[in-house]
Amino acid sequence: MADTALKEKKVHEPLFHIVKRSGLIWYKAWLIRIFAIIAALIVCALVTMMLAHQNPIKVYQTMLSGAFGTQRRIWILLQSLAMLLCVSLAVTPAFKMRFWNIGGEGQVLIGGLATAACMIVLGGKLPNALLLVVMVIASMAAGAIWAMIPAVFKAKWNTNETLFTLMMNYVGIQLVSYFSMVWEARKGSGQIGIINQDTKYGWMPVLGNYDYLLNIIIVAVITVLMYVYLKYSKHGYEIAVVGESQNTARYIGVNVKKVIIRTMLLSGAVCGIAGFLLVSGTNHTINTTTADNRGFTAIMVSWLAKFNPLFMVLTSFLLVFLQCGANEISTKFGLNKSFSDILTGIILFFIIGCEFFINYQIKFRHSHKEVQ
Amino acid sequence: MKKVIAVLLAVAMLLAFAACGDKKPLDSAEPTTGAAETPVAAGVALEDLKVGFIFLHDENSTYDLNFINAAKAAAAQLGLSDDQIILKTNINEDQACYDTAEDLVDQGCNIIFADSFGHEDFLIESAKNHPDVVYAHATGTKAHTEGLDNFHNAFASIYEGRYLAGIAAGLKLNEMIDAGEFTADEAKIGYVGAFTYAEVMSGYTSFFLGVRSVCPTATMEVTFTGSWYDETAEKEGANKLIADGCKLISQHADSMGAPTACETAGVPNVSYNGSTIAACPNTFIVSSRIDWTPYFVYLINSVVNGTEIDKDWTGDLATGSVVLTDINEAVAAPGTAEAIEAAKAKLESGELHVFDTATFTVNGEAIDSYLADVDTDADYTPDTEVITDGYFNESAFRSAPYFDVEIDGITLLDRNYG
Repeated sequence: MADTALKEKKVHEPLFHIVKRSGLIWYKAWLIRIFAIIAALIVCALVTMMLAHQNPIKVYQTMLSGAFGTQRRIWILLQSLAMLLCVSLAVTPAFKMRFWNIGGEGQVLIGGLATAACMIVLGGKLPNALLLVVMVIASMAAGAIWAMIPAVFKAKWNTNETLFTLMMNYVGIQLVSYFSMVWEARKGSGQIGIINQDTKYGWMPVLGNYDYLLNIIIVAVITVLMYVYLKYSKHGYEIAVVGESQNTARYIGVNVKKVIIRTMLLSGAVCGIAGFLLVSGTNHTINTTTADNRGFTAIMVSWLAKFNPLFMVLTSFLLVFLQCGANEISTKFGLNKSFSDILTGIILFFIIGCEFFINYQIKFRHSHKEVQ
Repeated sequence: MKKVIAVLLAVAMLLAFAACGDKKPLDSAEPTTGAAETPVAAGVALEDLKVGFIFLHDENSTYDLNFINAAKAAAAQLGLSDDQIILKTNINEDQACYDTAEDLVDQGCNIIFADSFGHEDFLIESAKNHPDVVYAHATGTKAHTEGLDNFHNAFASIYEGRYLAGIAAGLKLNEMIDAGEFTADEAKIGYVGAFTYAEVMSGYTSFFLGVRSVCPTATMEVTFTGSWYDETAEKEGANKLIADGCKLISQHADSMGAPTACETAGVPNVSYNGSTIAACPNTFIVSSRIDWTPYFVYLINSVVNGTEIDKDWTGDLATGSVVLTDINEAVAAPGTAEAIEAAKAKLESGELHVFDTATFTVNGEAIDSYLADVDTDADYTPDTEVITDGYFNESAFRSAPYFDVEIDGITLLDRNYG
């Protein structure tokens, strides 16, 4: 008896320890998130005052005006949101399967390249409606092939998909670079310029006078379809099981190789659609910056939303809002882009960090004793 | 519960789209209110003027920094307040350029300027929507054929600056030959270019002709990077040329890659876009650059006075658009400043022409006729006779360079990029 008492005294109890929460009521989780955003804004305000010597309230106002200031800015925001969301939706099935597809960038570019190729080679030779159908099919096929190559290697020879998909990005970028020179508008310039500027062959139709409305509607439809696919379809279930445990999947008779290849085909095809929307529905040209790092940002969007397509609307909105606001800050206050990157970094740090407090609980020594 | 909220939020987003849909169209041709729609012919009061600038990168690129500084200098010179100029940096050469231009019009800009070649098509699309806003674009080629009254191109006769910088390089070669560092036959210079594009070809050829005007035995090797800004590739390109026996390096690409490679190797360098003396005190000789301030002042004054703006404006030595930085006396050969001044006076008086056909040959023969692709088309069809009065008349038929002749004495090490 005395021995055990002595032992208890000797055991050093840490000041606090971390316990996994078994499940947090939804409003408490949202309270933590809101608190994190407020904390982030306060830290950003301090940084703004100390480093840039600007009034933080004015900086926040500028951010809001950069994102929502005019009707046009709202459209631009929605368009950017749609494009980021589309790529995020594309990479999500792969991530849910725990297949680290960081090749979204390349898959989008290849889809865009296929679209541009159709516009240049077939423009004027096919009726425009048929041309658009050909372009959609070509872009989906190109994206799917680009994603399938690492998937097949993974399924057959268990190669590292992270490195493989990453490397495929660079191959894609170089191909776009190459074709920029093949199709350059002015000799030696390495720039394609607007494709079919006068004839508008292969340009996605514009609904009413709203340049980006059709893009936005298409992505909204893809969002709902992806949600249903992942949540209610047999394929979606198989993806979830393979993601949780490949052995379990095999045990219940899921053909893991087949699921990997099929899911990556889907992932690549949707990336291809994103490329199509960027080239045919937005830029009407292609260059190496067409994907604009969306293939990488999408990973964050997808993870932040825990692979839920509907939440991804929110997370991509957050990132696009930060980006639009940040651009306006650098214009209005003459601050370098790096400063807005710092603010974005701080906000993301808090938002990602707060997930820790939603999943885990910190118990201090004192409170621990009380509980006992 | 989470699901319900997510659905609600998604629905809210869709409703937001629909709500936006009820409002007036974005690209309506109907005039909106504001200073932007004041007819140009009537002129705009200086204090009501607003100028929007679109830059491809930000001040970290020497190319864009040169424009940013000029925009600020022009504003200061004309007494424009800070909120009369709007500088938009990091604008890609795609729909972002169009969106930015439209946003600048929304903010009441009367003049919109873009600095990068790839911006042109998108700027034209915006120019079509707003006939009363003046659009100006540097390095572009389409203004004279596009048929838009409010769209203008501008460039400068930078080949004259390159030629003068070439004289400094040639004198340096002579100095090194006299010092016995190498023989006159080994006087080979190297050049790091971006693309096999007329602007670059015009640049290295004029530089080479400047060198050869004082060092007749000089030859040149050119390598291309396939990018306007790729520090590693430019550095590697310069190193390759130095290893190949080049005694002096110049470049037409926008990073510090080539100058720093020269400083490390101790090889003299003639720079572009601005002085690199701070980073390269032991190798920097001189740099040519375009000063855009005179063009911006001209553009703004034209709008204020309601006078017509040139479709193709070409700045030159006389307008102060083509300038050389201070010469680094520690590296340059003695007498460089005097030789440059003498040649400059001759260029200005018209006594000397950079591309005088008597000074170069193509495949061993002098040329007396050359059709250049001045009017842009998909097949690069040559359309204009550009040799007049015994010289290749660069930047006369449009502001952007069209000299793309490969002359004897210059070896292209690679030609993958064109």
